[in-house]
Amino acid sequence: MRSRFHRLFTAGALAFTAATALTAPACSRSEEAPPPPAAVSNPVDPATAGAVTGLVKFEGTPPPAEPISMDSDPFCEKQPQNRTETVVVGEGSGLQNVFVYVKDGLGDRVFPVPSTAVVLDQKGCRYVPHVLGIQVGQPMELASSDNTLHNIHAVPEQNREFNRALQLSGMKHTHTFSTKEVMVPFKCDVHKWMNAYVGVLDHPFYAVTTGNGRFELKGLPPGTYTIEAWHEKLGTQTQMVTIGEKQTSDVAFTFKS
Amino acid sequence: MALRFYTRFVALSTAVLIFAGGLVTSTGSGLSVPDWPNTYGWFMFTFPLEKMVGGIRYEHSHRLIASTVGFLILVLAVWLWRSEPRRWVRRLGYLALAAVITQGILGGITVLWYLPDPISIAHAGLAQIVFCLTTAIALFTSRSWASAVSPPVDDVVLRRLTIVTTAWVYVQILIGAVMRHTDAGLAIPDFPLAFGHLIPPQWDPKIAIHFAHRVGALVASALIVATAGHVFYRHRRSGVLVRPSVLLLSLLAVQITLGALTVLTARHYVINSLHVVTGASVLVTSLVLTLRAHESRLGTRGAGMAAPSGGVRVPPPRGALEAGTGGPTRSGARA
Repeated sequence: MRSRFHRLFTAGALAFTAATALTAPACSRSEEAPPPPAAVSNPVDPATAGAVTGLVKFEGTPPPAEPISMDSDPFCEKQPQNRTETVVVGEGSGLQNVFVYVKDGLGDRVFPVPSTAVVLDQKGCRYVPHVLGIQVGQPMELASSDNTLHNIHAVPEQNREFNRALQLSGMKHTHTFSTKEVMVPFKCDVHKWMNAYVGVLDHPFYAVTTGNGRFELKGLPPGTYTIEAWHEKLGTQTQMVTIGEKQTSDVAFTFKS
Repeated sequence: MALRFYTRFVALSTAVLIFAGGLVTSTGSGLSVPDWPNTYGWFMFTFPLEKMVGGIRYEHSHRLIASTVGFLILVLAVWLWRSEPRRWVRRLGYLALAAVITQGILGGITVLWYLPDPISIAHAGLAQIVFCLTTAIALFTSRSWASAVSPPVDDVVLRRLTIVTTAWVYVQILIGAVMRHTDAGLAIPDFPLAFGHLIPPQWDPKIAIHFAHRVGALVASALIVATAGHVFYRHRRSGVLVRPSVLLLSLLAVQITLGALTVLTARHYVINSLHVVTGASVLVTSLVLTLRAHESRLGTRGAGMAAPSGGVRVPPPRGALEAGTGGPTRSGARA
């Protein structure tokens, strides 16, 4: 009995240790230092830079914004905005919250990284803004304006996952992304309805459509580009566009339900 | 007497803990508290109740219940160490304590590492082991285990059937845990058919896992019915075998219903959690039946306690037991 017990116990302990050792490298969340900013190469000449402007429209009858039950938190229950913002169609059938960016065509150019932080706030038990863009290495300020507990949980595929507690209104964390990724989903596990999407790029040519569905990508060097429009529910569309020196080209995307 | 009630209470508490764990995964609240062992920077037991909102309510409650069960098992292990004459039962207490501590560490690791599937599945699998251990201890310390009221049966077919059934139910629970933690619970959205067919017309890893759980349920059901049928046919006068068999069949019916409802309600969190804890109950009931089928071979009655006619058992001195066989004897000890 004694030897059998010991064998069983030892085998169990070894199995657990082996399993932990095997999974640890893949699961450990060691802090990655942000990559050092690369030297700017082949900079854009402002004298010749052009732009891409455009409109993203929704065709058909947009799905109604669904009410969100926020009664799991008394603070959130009192918030005025309590409907989904998945498909938001505004003036002239313009589709809001579409992330539009240069997917290809910039070659090997390396662009300066802004030092100004991009803010993602948790306000009224929602992420504000719902969709945003940021550059690799640019600081992102994760904040809470709410008098309740939130967590900020990013679930990227290329970058490092993180989950931070925001105990108090006014608390902030700063984070930088190390790799480009379109898009990084954010969620709050305390409040299931809260989500946001962050486009991480290695260049500054991106925009998020406003209420009228319009966007503008400024300061592009002359060339031919693949422009992609990404929507969280309606998917992606791409278009090729060529701009000459100081030229502004217009593109249009139409999403259907 | 007090120990007997206490062991049952601990086993019941473990079931409550599994239900609470089921609620955490069913509501997707596993990461609603990012830190561990603290909760949002508070020491776990001083976290303000009014801040238990949204997903925190499930995750933090699970942590509190888990801590309580861990403490209960610690007390159980000490109690067995101080008063239990059978060395192997005392060791089961230590094993339960080690298992629940490991379980707590796994729970912490899975939070800190953002719910990696292998760790989360191991956490789910070890929870069942803890429940099996506390239930087994409750059985071994029960009045009926040590009494001569119901003589144990010696049936090799039943012994084999119960072992296979219990092992398969555990495998089925592990498949369920894989399905749960890989988000494959609704990979097949209809029931009882799969995409309108008996066999899914399309396959991907999630559909395969989900379908394996359904096939596993059929096999488990067949084994349980066969085991219970064998008991009813061969040992209908043995209360200690018939009672768990009836319970096993009842739990199986409830479990199949809950499984169907889990799919049909798109994984309603209460139904989903009840499915988890009922599955665990099927496992431990099958384990009880298995141990009963092996009672004649475990030989605990002769080695452990004498049962005088008044029904009060007097444990022999610990030294006498340990100096003897060093543990339970084989069936010869019962004679």
